[in-house]
Amino acid sequence: MKTAHKSALWRRSGTAYLFLLPWLIGFFGLTLGPMLGSFYLSLTKYNLLNAPVWLGFDNYRHIFTADEYFYKSLTVTFKYVLFSVPLKMAFALLVAVVLNKGIRALGIYRTVYYIPSLLGGSVAIAIVWRQIFDGEGLINHFLSWFGIEGPAWIAHPSYILSTIVTLSVWQFGSAMVIFLAGIKQIPADLYEAAQVDGAGKLRQFGKITLPMLSPVIFFNLVMGIINSFQVFTPGYVIGDGRGGPVNSTLFYTLYLYLKGFSFFDMGYAAALAWIMLIIIGLFTSIVFVTSRFWVFYGDGKDGR
Amino acid sequence: MADQKTIFKLGKHGLIILFGLLMLYPVLWLLSSSFKPNELIFSDPGLWPARFTLENYVNGWKGLQGISFSRFFLNSATISVLSVIGNILTCSLAAYAFARLEFRLKSVLFACMLVTIMLPYHVLLIPQYIIFSKLDWVNTYLPLIVPKWLAHDSFFVLLMIQFIRGIPKELDESATIDGCGQGQLYFRIIIPLLVPALITTAIFTFIWTWDDFFSQMIYLSRINLFTVQLGIRSLYDPSGSSDWGALLAMSVLSLVPIMTIFLLFQKHFLEGIATTGLK
Repeated sequence: MKTAHKSALWRRSGTAYLFLLPWLIGFFGLTLGPMLGSFYLSLTKYNLLNAPVWLGFDNYRHIFTADEYFYKSLTVTFKYVLFSVPLKMAFALLVAVVLNKGIRALGIYRTVYYIPSLLGGSVAIAIVWRQIFDGEGLINHFLSWFGIEGPAWIAHPSYILSTIVTLSVWQFGSAMVIFLAGIKQIPADLYEAAQVDGAGKLRQFGKITLPMLSPVIFFNLVMGIINSFQVFTPGYVIGDGRGGPVNSTLFYTLYLYLKGFSFFDMGYAAALAWIMLIIIGLFTSIVFVTSRFWVFYGDGKDGR
Repeated sequence: MADQKTIFKLGKHGLIILFGLLMLYPVLWLLSSSFKPNELIFSDPGLWPARFTLENYVNGWKGLQGISFSRFFLNSATISVLSVIGNILTCSLAAYAFARLEFRLKSVLFACMLVTIMLPYHVLLIPQYIIFSKLDWVNTYLPLIVPKWLAHDSFFVLLMIQFIRGIPKELDESATIDGCGQGQLYFRIIIPLLVPALITTAIFTFIWTWDDFFSQMIYLSRINLFTVQLGIRSLYDPSGSSDWGALLAMSVLSLVPIMTIFLLFQKHFLEGIATTGLK
């Protein structure tokens, strides 16, 4: 009986694998294979033309001990993630809470606030951003009405990262839409009961909205971190494409790109990629581990 | 008392609208500047062009090095449409297998699929580039399209799996009794019911492919293969001597397909984000 079942499973497996075939080829050929390949390459010196030369862990040693650009690019990326992710989430949450309270024309507002998320990743908007933050651009023009002389946001290495962060925060709309959907799921009687007990709006937000939304916040946080570490286009277009001025836009991905595709040091770039994977994994697991203490899954329901 | 409430409400709406306009200002500035003569773009911060011109569009459309933007648009459209078809077809095939069929190593493969969703693209970038360059695919669209025909965007596979799980199994069973094989079941029962998820997949695949800059830049260097994004980036000279009018006009046009799709499928779109957490 059992063997009959087993052989039937094998037969059915055939059909299933037929359906899975494209994915399987993709998984082995474009994901698993390249991942292993990338690890192998990271232990070699390889320029695409000559055969890879085995180096052992020399690439990694060099990255950690002798590569100031590595640390510079890490700093730039960390700063970006540290500012853009929380700011974006705070904005998204704030606007979602304001918009939610049974407001009229919610659909239109939601659409308007979402549009930046839709367009923000394009080269076009990055160019616009560079232009409105330029020394003689709109932002400084606007500041001058109040008698403030704005700095050269783009040309000055201490300010350019903040313009890239604003571009990211400007796209809070997609997180906001997710928050709005989450808020909708919170039972209204919780608020009613709180009101009866005399809890003010702020307290309601702290004691009901935040805990009930924590699974959604968790999800947005994880996705936000993963995506922010990989940001490329804004830094590339708003900066000069080589990390300038003075390496202030040398995002990790840009550094990896330059190593791989300008200097054709593919082994080194693969090592950088592996370090990036580990860093992202580390950050994500920190969020996962701490989530036990702050993510609240009410009445056995999963957050998503 | 009631009046106070109305005033408060109006004030709130006023603030929300003001903030919305502020949010849209960069987009509106882009749109209005594209109709301004070059010398007015940076001197006139107003949104309504003092002098209205279409010249920027005419100049911009000429493109660069004799290749016009009609070519770039056609290229972008080709890549995007072929990517959409590939993703819809192969992701739904894989999703059907994961959601409905029993097979050896299913749980292992399913776990692998979940892990690939979180995998940063850059880890695969170098070896993928090496593979594609050994295949002589650099400066073709194959590196951009073929992954979509191999269900490489696992995210959509997961989206469809969850959708298929919501389809009642009784439908499959009665179809099987009526003599449907797995192939027919997939085409006749699952696909028609999967349409909402397919639309979500199509919309996001199109937008992401259209907006993609990084992989297009890496794989395409011949100008007649350029996409809209690459065309714009080449019109733009960071040192400041660009023809801004033309650049902004083409930037506007590059956003038109995305905006159109968004406005057409707005409801679907926003619900898709809310329920799946897509960007």
